[in-house]
Amino acid sequence: MNGYGGQILRVNLSNGQITKEPTSPEMAREFVGGRGFGLYFLLKEVPPKVDPLGPQNKLIISSGPFSGLMIPGAGKCDWTTKAPLTGGYASASMGGHFTAEMKYAGLDSIILEGISPKPVYLLIDDNKIELRDASHLWGKGSMVVEKTLKDQYGEEFQVAAIGPAGENCVSFAHINHDYGRQAGRGGVGAVMGSKKVKAIVVRGTKSIPVADLEAYRKAGMELFKACKEAEMLKEWSSYGTTIVVSWCDEVGALPTRNFSAGSFEDGKNLYGPVMRQKIVITDKGCFGCPSPCGKYSRVQRYNTYVEGPEYETIGMIGSNLGLSSIEDVAHANYLCDEWGIDTISAGGVIAWAMECYEKGIFTKADTDGLELKFGNADAVFKLIEKIAKKEGIGALLADGVKRAAQKVGKGSEKWAIHVKGMEQSAYATHNATAMLLAYMTCDVGAHHNRAWAITYDLQVGRERVAPEKVARVIWLQHFRPMFDVLGGCRLQWVELGIDRNLYLPALEAITGIHRTWEDLELVGERLWNLARLYWMREIDGFDRSWDLPAPRFYEEPPTSGATKGQITRFEDVQKLLDLYYEQRGWSSQGHPTPQTIERLGLQSFVN
Amino acid sequence: MMRLYADSSKCSGCRACLVACSLNLFQENNPKKAALVIEAHFPAPGNYKVRVCTQCGACAEVCPTGAIKLNDRGAYYVDMAECNLCEACVPECPESVMFVRTELADTSWKCDLCGDCVNVCGTGVLWIAETEAAVA
Repeated sequence: MNGYGGQILRVNLSNGQITKEPTSPEMAREFVGGRGFGLYFLLKEVPPKVDPLGPQNKLIISSGPFSGLMIPGAGKCDWTTKAPLTGGYASASMGGHFTAEMKYAGLDSIILEGISPKPVYLLIDDNKIELRDASHLWGKGSMVVEKTLKDQYGEEFQVAAIGPAGENCVSFAHINHDYGRQAGRGGVGAVMGSKKVKAIVVRGTKSIPVADLEAYRKAGMELFKACKEAEMLKEWSSYGTTIVVSWCDEVGALPTRNFSAGSFEDGKNLYGPVMRQKIVITDKGCFGCPSPCGKYSRVQRYNTYVEGPEYETIGMIGSNLGLSSIEDVAHANYLCDEWGIDTISAGGVIAWAMECYEKGIFTKADTDGLELKFGNADAVFKLIEKIAKKEGIGALLADGVKRAAQKVGKGSEKWAIHVKGMEQSAYATHNATAMLLAYMTCDVGAHHNRAWAITYDLQVGRERVAPEKVARVIWLQHFRPMFDVLGGCRLQWVELGIDRNLYLPALEAITGIHRTWEDLELVGERLWNLARLYWMREIDGFDRSWDLPAPRFYEEPPTSGATKGQITRFEDVQKLLDLYYEQRGWSSQGHPTPQTIERLGLQSFVN
Repeated sequence: MMRLYADSSKCSGCRACLVACSLNLFQENNPKKAALVIEAHFPAPGNYKVRVCTQCGACAEVCPTGAIKLNDRGAYYVDMAECNLCEACVPECPESVMFVRTELADTSWKCDLCGDCVNVCGTGVLWIAETEAAVA
């Protein structure tokens, strides 16, 4: 099938059975690939209300039609599952080279089912596919495991592995690949760990067929040419996502001390140019990327190597924990990667614990003797390990900030910064209504990548609550995730500003199917509604209260920084939701109406 | 004579060059069939090494069938119809970028200086220049 590997690999870990089936052309037409395939399989195959860590949950790893081809940034891999962190939908996007290798092995999706009786890793070497004993790797760090397996099998093999946190089913455990690229959010690593799969090792040597080779080469070259001619290329490639640290600090969007403010008095120490000068040694790109955002660093003080920190980690582990040394942030990043936890959630839950400590709710008796004050880097390092091991206070924090706050109570729910149980990523949204709405309504919880609307807020008036602002968020929620569906990266469009229409002739030449952006955005809308239906299916009483942000953003104006004294009124929060539901064709409780389901042709997914 | 040059310190390991190369040589999307090599050295020292053909001609000198010829760009290329897979060329290549992998192709292959790798590289690793030009 043009543009596809052509096969779905199914691995039943309970009985060791490995089977392949052809990729359905109907599924490819309707769901395109990547996140679309993941959600399709999740809805069709995983029964309602299963335990995310039980044998009935599945981990679905998917490439898209761009993956592995001569398209800028064609290295994005989707990991979909029922999320241990939230109990709802998880779809984590991972960069690197894994998804290209899957395609060269002829695979569009890998579906892990059941639970293995003992630790294993999955070896895919073209058509040779085996489960192998991983007892010698169990307990080891994710990058140690990657190095071990690469040394054993060779440089042509790509490895995705979990750390000890995944083995221990920490609810925000991630999957690590290429020494620093992760499927980070929602606890996908815990699902892999629950299945006793330590790693997936893949090599493919097949060629990916396309519909019109010459048209595809021409369209691919046009895309690369546009990237190379982009004015922003040099600056973006020098700093990657750290390019926005200074801007966020200046406009009050840099999360500081558990989102109590949006500007950090020591923020300058964390800015991109400082990091580049102090620790970055190599620019590191995902597959096919002409504008590498990966900054590979060496931290001499700790003698560690790490990819990053990128913006999210600088925000969540840096300013949000009050750490003012880029070396400390980078080392904490390394520890999270090796132990196997998501830096965003880790930063969120540790910040919450620090606030509990500073408010006297926790004493040293609760923190295993740690002086859990903002700015204490050593405590952060120790806490990362404790979370991964579920040891002492780490066991509490390993459940994520929502459940930890529910357990501890004493008002700490007020400063548990999450939506739907997912810790909010690194944009402070006291006064940025589009970004706030993006977090409130994001399909996996408070994550930024579906709709990154913070610059738009600044453009059109950050406190405004207006239908066109809501419409912009909705459009972003359809458009941006299409890159995760196509198996590509959105950053060439977002950051280099290349014309999105350049992708269309490439997609047509690859798949042989003519599609406009309107067609693709409709796929995006269908997926958005399906994800909503999934939440409703999994969680009894799922209603608009699940879309509310952390109270901090409507109750506690920052006392310092660029957003000092600024806040979004609660009535505006509610108005945002009303407008959003209305424009989406959802009920006042945030449920897609029967008419909307029919308009989108989703009846077969509703009982 | 022209050749391909590489500044490894600028490489970010994206491998776009490898796909572009396989598309030119074989009209296939398959970086395993590329004529240049990206070595990744991670986690330490954390860098990439790019190996490219210098057009030194050592492969052509030992080829018993004369399959390695000069093209109109002045570069040595493999006339795939004449390669008998004897592999005599492979150990002669000082950069290890002369390839025979019979599981992938029934011919040897090497860089023919098409320049597509240069066209897709976003970080300026690769360029084509006279062989006399010294690499900085």
